[in-house]
Amino acid sequence: MSLNDTAAALPAANGGTLPIGGLLPSSLPLRFSAAALLWFAASGVTALWPDAADAQEWERTGEFASLLVVAAGLLVLTALLAAAIHPAPRSRLESAIAGLSASVPWLIALALGVTGWEILTAKLNLLPRPFFVPPQALLEVYLDDWPRLLDCFAASLTLLATGYTVGSVLGVVTGVAIGWSRAVGYWVHPVLRLIGPLPATAWLPIAFFAFPTSWSASVFLIALASGVPVTVLTWSGVAGVNSAYYDIARTLGASPRFLVLKVAVPAAMPHVFVGLFMGLGASFAVLVVAEMLGVKSGVGWYLQWAQGWAAYGNMYAALLVMALVCSGLVTLLFRVRDRLLAWQKGMLKW
Amino acid sequence: MVALENTDTVGQSAGMTIDVQTVSHSFELHGAPLPVLDGVELRVEPGELVALLGPSGCGKSTLLRLVAGLEPPSRGRILADGRPITGPDPSRVVVFQDPTLYPWRTVRDNVALGLEARGLLRSQGHRIDKALALVGLAGFEKAYPHQLSGGMSQRAALARALVNDPRLLILDEPLGKLDSLTRLAMQSELVDLWRNTGFTGLLVTHDIEEALFMATRVIVFSGRPARIKADLSVDRPYPRHRGDPVLTELRHRILELLGLAETW
Repeated sequence: MSLNDTAAALPAANGGTLPIGGLLPSSLPLRFSAAALLWFAASGVTALWPDAADAQEWERTGEFASLLVVAAGLLVLTALLAAAIHPAPRSRLESAIAGLSASVPWLIALALGVTGWEILTAKLNLLPRPFFVPPQALLEVYLDDWPRLLDCFAASLTLLATGYTVGSVLGVVTGVAIGWSRAVGYWVHPVLRLIGPLPATAWLPIAFFAFPTSWSASVFLIALASGVPVTVLTWSGVAGVNSAYYDIARTLGASPRFLVLKVAVPAAMPHVFVGLFMGLGASFAVLVVAEMLGVKSGVGWYLQWAQGWAAYGNMYAALLVMALVCSGLVTLLFRVRDRLLAWQKGMLKW
Repeated sequence: MVALENTDTVGQSAGMTIDVQTVSHSFELHGAPLPVLDGVELRVEPGELVALLGPSGCGKSTLLRLVAGLEPPSRGRILADGRPITGPDPSRVVVFQDPTLYPWRTVRDNVALGLEARGLLRSQGHRIDKALALVGLAGFEKAYPHQLSGGMSQRAALARALVNDPRLLILDEPLGKLDSLTRLAMQSELVDLWRNTGFTGLLVTHDIEEALFMATRVIVFSGRPARIKADLSVDRPYPRHRGDPVLTELRHRILELLGLAETW
């Protein structure tokens, strides 16, 4: 993502020239055309090469081939636009196209990957069934099973949001309290030390009978999984605040409340965000396990259900969307952080 | 607080009287008490600028922390305008050697700190611009501390103090980390600020020339635990000249007091 940003920013910064990786802009249309050609080839292999005779014929093969044609067509369009903007991009769209050129190797690799996948599964049937399915099987799931998939993702996201919010808020509050108050630290620190390293999933058997519903048990587990790293990192952030910051505020007439909310918390924010990031990862893991073992909806449940019916296409389809959603959530967290911590130097780009 | 009623007077305040009465102080170090101040007796009159000079680590900065009210003295007491100091107060503001600006706040929001902490931001917010102008930082309101040079950071720290109209400005080696040229320039600026306002100043420094160039009185301390070795009045008009033979003579005397006469 940052690579694209940089590439898109370059033309403006250099007054119109585009020295990405030493490539001249004149080769741009050619590179896009090459990628388009490979996507056409992928489509041709999918549509024209008959499925292996020794197995069932796959559904939605035609639709998948059409999708590949659309992708190839878009690349042809991009190639034409790229030829038109040569030598210097002027508008936003043109800069975007120039920026896209950095992704051409990926576009080519994807086309080859899809073609190879298609051949190994549907066309030659070389991979053991039912564990391996061709790409059109995923498309089939998206086209035919989307209502259920959508329901599951909505359920998962609701559960995740509830648990993560509870865990993060409690984590920040506990972390600040431990870092601030000696008395709280005395009582909470040993508990945190004992329980913190325990994986939240270890509580699963207890949680499911201790809580009235499996849903509330899962909220507890997700909150626990995300709350522990947030607590520890917030605490370490507050404990590490330069004591001179407090001296300054105290001589200027700050109340203890001001010292906590306007000095300790903002100073600890970089640490808090590391904790939030770690907690988010942990909460994904707990979410899926909780849904596989107790909750009767959500992505975890969907994966389990798909495996039970040997519907591996459904599983891959769900995994793919899940990867996109998880990555999207992490990106969102980093965006929020970038906005809140703009005052920091040298931040990691996601 | 009284000074704040008059809203148009950034840097106009009546100086405070500070009375340090036989103050001794010690820290706990590895379970044993470490004495740092020993029977310090010092009276600072309103509007004076008193420099505290002494060997490194002798306890001068500790005395400043006690005057600021950040810690209570182990023995003795300190009076501000005749009343014992029990804690920090915005009428007594400290500028430390490190600017310690909050990196997450812009220059303007850093300067606003004192007003914000006391809930005066809405009614007194306009004083921030005056304080920034006073230290020559107008136009840098929106900068973040990491974008400032050392000298500019220290100016911002000064504005953060001055916006509160302190009656006592406590300067703990405020120029100690600046390069020598910036330092000379800011010595003059600090003197101008002090002369144009009227606060009482307490300045800890290692630099004999700085003390003599700026202060009305120089207090020379012994090594730890700090005792007052000499109380020298620097009776020269402002603006002073670094080549002034009277200052040179005083410098010689101070070096003698500090046991460095052979370097003359």
